[in-house]
Amino acid sequence: MRKNPPLWGVRGAYMKRFIGFIKKEFYHIFRDRRSLFILFGMPIAQILLFGFAITNEINNVDVAILDHSKDANTQEIINKISASKYFSINQLIINEKDIETVFKKGKVKAVLSFEKDFSKKLIKDHEATVQIITDATDPNTANTISNYVNNILQNYTQGLNNKATIAYQITPQTRMDYNPELKSVFMFVPGVMTIILMLVSAMMTSISITREKELGTMEILLVSPLKPLHVIIGKVIPYIFLSVINATVIIVLSIFIFKMPVQGSLILLGLESVLFIITALALGILISTISATQQTAMMISLMGLMLPVILLSGFIFPISSMPMILQVISNIIPAKWFIIIIKGIMLKGVGLEYVWKETLILFGMTVFFIALSMKKYKIRLE
Amino acid sequence: MNNKNVIEVENLTKTFGDFTAVNAISFEVRKGEIFGFLGANGAGKTTAMKMLIGISNPTSGKANVAGFDVFTDADNIKRNIGYMSQKFALYDDLTVKENITFFGGIYGLSRARIKEKANALISELGLQEVTNQLVGSLPLGWKQKLAFSVSLIHDPKIVFLDEPTGGVDPITRRQFWEMIYKASYQGTTVFVTTHYMDEAEYCDRVSIMVNGKIEALDTPKKLKEQFNVATMNDVFLKLARSPSPTLPKGKGVNTDKDYNHEKKSSPLGS
Repeated sequence: MRKNPPLWGVRGAYMKRFIGFIKKEFYHIFRDRRSLFILFGMPIAQILLFGFAITNEINNVDVAILDHSKDANTQEIINKISASKYFSINQLIINEKDIETVFKKGKVKAVLSFEKDFSKKLIKDHEATVQIITDATDPNTANTISNYVNNILQNYTQGLNNKATIAYQITPQTRMDYNPELKSVFMFVPGVMTIILMLVSAMMTSISITREKELGTMEILLVSPLKPLHVIIGKVIPYIFLSVINATVIIVLSIFIFKMPVQGSLILLGLESVLFIITALALGILISTISATQQTAMMISLMGLMLPVILLSGFIFPISSMPMILQVISNIIPAKWFIIIIKGIMLKGVGLEYVWKETLILFGMTVFFIALSMKKYKIRLE
Repeated sequence: MNNKNVIEVENLTKTFGDFTAVNAISFEVRKGEIFGFLGANGAGKTTAMKMLIGISNPTSGKANVAGFDVFTDADNIKRNIGYMSQKFALYDDLTVKENITFFGGIYGLSRARIKEKANALISELGLQEVTNQLVGSLPLGWKQKLAFSVSLIHDPKIVFLDEPTGGVDPITRRQFWEMIYKASYQGTTVFVTTHYMDEAEYCDRVSIMVNGKIEALDTPKKLKEQFNVATMNDVFLKLARSPSPTLPKGKGVNTDKDYNHEKKSSPLGS
């Protein structure tokens, strides 16, 4: 029998092996341009893209005016519209036929058409019509434009009503809580963060593990005194580290560039993120056990993880307006729960007492995926 | 266990469902020996080897490697063996030095020991110029030689080489075998699989697997006499081609009675 070295010696040796292993993993990451780009380029690019380019807000939309009346009231309305930062008057047209022409040119997104004798009707009948014609090739924008114009018109009528007295009028006052300016970036940040963490944690880990399988180095590692579990943990730790950095970068960017408030506890946000990162890593390990090549791992990650995260997590499309079957399916997507949690913390400032249910579900999923991937991993070793 | 045997295998079997990949093989490998483990693709070589290096559990039988049982003591086996395969040629995106440090590290060598080993190894292979270059930029032959040296970094009792010379040029193969001889001379047992029959001639003893069974095991010289052919290539072809081996039982599987540990002299000269 060989005498065992003292326990701390064994632990010390293990730690040393472990550190060497993690160091090696970082070499892999930092020497591969592709993975560097995915790790650091993607989060920044995505958050900026979603923040600046993909937006539901409208700014300086070109409108054309078709004024059949040309009186004081129409002029006032036109002035009001052109004074708002949402619209700029592109041109005045004189003919119904021109409407189609300006739309076809593409720049003008809406046409306001005032009926004949606008002022007269307004005074005589207390009612006059303005037609808002929008280019609905992009339905979302068209909708927003028409809402904004309506608002301006309502505003204007109210001003008129204050002068004259008219009985009984209900003026709805809407207030948008938690995102008063309806900034779409507030909606996207939690989603983008979810995507990035999923991408970095699950896809990168599954690729890096399958790469060792593909290159045959996994075999060498398994023949070495390193325990299979240690190999996996060693491969996963760098990605936990990088994912945390990524989450931080995203939050910092959204706070400083997009002025997104983080109402709730940053610590809770951090802990929930770590939980989600671990969920994603477990999924990554699971994927690596069922795929033999890096390509397969990447495809499975993209199809099996990214698409559901984008489509079914409530990130872009509200879950409540999905068909029933998809609503049910969305429940098994970890990202859905994570998005609910971080939206709550970031925008509403809620504490754990409001998101404990979602946290528990996410935790349960994590435990399940870890157990499953460990089991699969062991089977593969046989 | 016989002191001179570093590997003892008895009726080792591995089945996958109905398929018997390794069918009750028995053999011994002596200390310092170069043991050639031959067989056509799919004959069961790799499965057998995986059981011996502790990454696959045998279905039945007995096997003892470097003094430890494969069923109960795989961890200790792993600590005492080295392994290298054709498929594996170190990490391409790590430098020569980083590779050495990494593998030294996972075998638990101290930092000082790794440094000492690295220096010895680098100067022995003449890699001083490229220590800080990525392994991926080296020619395949250099990589294979480096990989072999790295597999010996923790001074294992046995080194398992799985088709180590696949795809390298004849000159490098020759140099590679010189390294194998050196390791063997220094007391490391070498367990090697190969498809090159000229390499089989370099082995002290050779076993040939056919359909999960060891159908022949002896020194290359005796095998050639036994099959009455001039080269190991012919021995191999004769065995591997016959659909159901016609050898009388026991004749092909040579146990150690008539084996003399011949004094090693490299057929390549030195």
